[in-house]
Amino acid sequence: MAAVSVENLCKSYGKVQAVNKLSFAVEEGELYGIIGPDGAGKTTLFRILATLMLPDGGTARVAGYDVVNDYRTIRNLIGYMPGRFSLYQDLTVEENLNFFATVFSTTVDENYSLIEDIYKQIEPFKKRLAGKLSGGMKQKLALSCALIHKPEVLFLDEPTTGVDPVSRKEFWNMLLKLKRQGITIMVSTPYMDEATLCDRIALIQNGEFLEVDTPRHIIDRYPDVLWSVKSDKMHRLLDDLRSYPHVKSSFSFGETFHVTFYGQGSPGELEAYLSDRGHQSVEIRKIAPSVEDCFMLLGRKGKNGK
Amino acid sequence: MENEVIHTEQLTKCFGSFTAVDHISFDVKHGEIFGFLGANGAGKTTAMRMLCGLSHPTSGKGNVAGFDIATQGEEIKKHIGYMSQKFSLYEDLKVWENLRLFGGIYGMTTKDIARKTDEMLEYLGFEAERNTFVSALPLGWKQKLAFSVSILHEPKVVFLDEPTGGVDPVTRRQFWELIYHAADRGITVFVTTHYMDEAEYCDRVSIMVDGRIEALDTPDSLKAKYHAETMNDVFQQLARKAVRQAD
Repeated sequence: MAAVSVENLCKSYGKVQAVNKLSFAVEEGELYGIIGPDGAGKTTLFRILATLMLPDGGTARVAGYDVVNDYRTIRNLIGYMPGRFSLYQDLTVEENLNFFATVFSTTVDENYSLIEDIYKQIEPFKKRLAGKLSGGMKQKLALSCALIHKPEVLFLDEPTTGVDPVSRKEFWNMLLKLKRQGITIMVSTPYMDEATLCDRIALIQNGEFLEVDTPRHIIDRYPDVLWSVKSDKMHRLLDDLRSYPHVKSSFSFGETFHVTFYGQGSPGELEAYLSDRGHQSVEIRKIAPSVEDCFMLLGRKGKNGK
Repeated sequence: MENEVIHTEQLTKCFGSFTAVDHISFDVKHGEIFGFLGANGAGKTTAMRMLCGLSHPTSGKGNVAGFDIATQGEEIKKHIGYMSQKFSLYEDLKVWENLRLFGGIYGMTTKDIARKTDEMLEYLGFEAERNTFVSALPLGWKQKLAFSVSILHEPKVVFLDEPTGGVDPVTRRQFWELIYHAADRGITVFVTTHYMDEAEYCDRVSIMVDGRIEALDTPDSLKAKYHAETMNDVFQQLARKAVRQAD
């Protein structure tokens, strides 16, 4: 049985189709990533699956139960961490955790092993009001509270947005540990580098999945040969790359540009072209695409590639 | 001094016994794109608030766009631009109304506002959206528009606080092209980000750890110094040394 199964799910706000005929399934124990920018429909999807919002059409089942008819059962089986911090700011760390345990008719002691690794890091601050915690600590507390009743399925809506690279890494290490304990995790993120840590990812834009597969397969299917280009004049390089007629796409990627060619283009010719325009130390190397390259390619093909 | 748009010496801010910003000294040059990095809670926001004239330093000195941050906060506000992910534009005003409002706040004349509005909408390719409510624009457009509004009055320096958080990868790159163009026009850009690929786009980068600037140099020099492949490696090495926990 799939942990989450969705068929033809729809939800619109006025004219905006937030979720557009989505169908997919998440296997038990899977770490499933929803990757896409703000406004793509990630939060709406999570809210429907967490039984906090009714779909306009289609069906969704979580742990085998229907999100509309069996919402009460589902609520005991899932943990949900919304994008916005939604714990009680005027309760302490400890009080928040006890509160959520009590609501789910359990105790902190009973499932402490599940949250121990995470909670240990914020325990020195257990008497502090949740509202006074730093961003990284709030997020650890929120995850602890979402786990305290030992859920079967965990829904995490952008848990790492606005979080620095070090804390992001720590957070993902925690998720991988939880996965090993058999918890199904559905997590959304705008950070493409996190996608490679998921078993499967769904690239979402405008309420539709552009593609669903393992990160490896998505990368393998990238249709073009990808080149990285750099020179001594990076600011000007982008304009010059765009004016070269055989360049199909060019995007900045950290210290280089990622470039693909139309049939007639070649790195040798491009190098000569750039040298003519005054670029020195031109370096053109063939590279493997990343999930971000794939997303940008798929996004351009989507209806609203702007 | 002529060439420095931002200059700080031993700039410090304490909240009670907590030293949020701990004796930082640095300069930002005219027309430079300066990346201001640090982990959550490292003191970036506090430092930025002092530079914008919004928070009074506990000790040390700072000068922004030729004005003293301790005594000339109001002058500073007139000569800088500011944009963050959280606050950008008024959703329930139309595009042109936002421009009119912010232009007015910055003391521009009606004539100048009209001229700059036309120029900017043409540059962005947004002419058709002049009468659209901001709430109806996609996030990426809003962020591009918000950035353009923050430099409508041609400030000496613009402060960008995580301007690209949550924005899709294509729009994020278009946003950086706007930043390059502004810098080419002589506007100094002071920017924070959690995307380490964006750190590579800066002329120089500083990394704050526990209230202090632990590193400051060009991305290439930092990578060489820390024997790192990418700015992410540099950041991970430095930020892992942090001991403090609070924001």
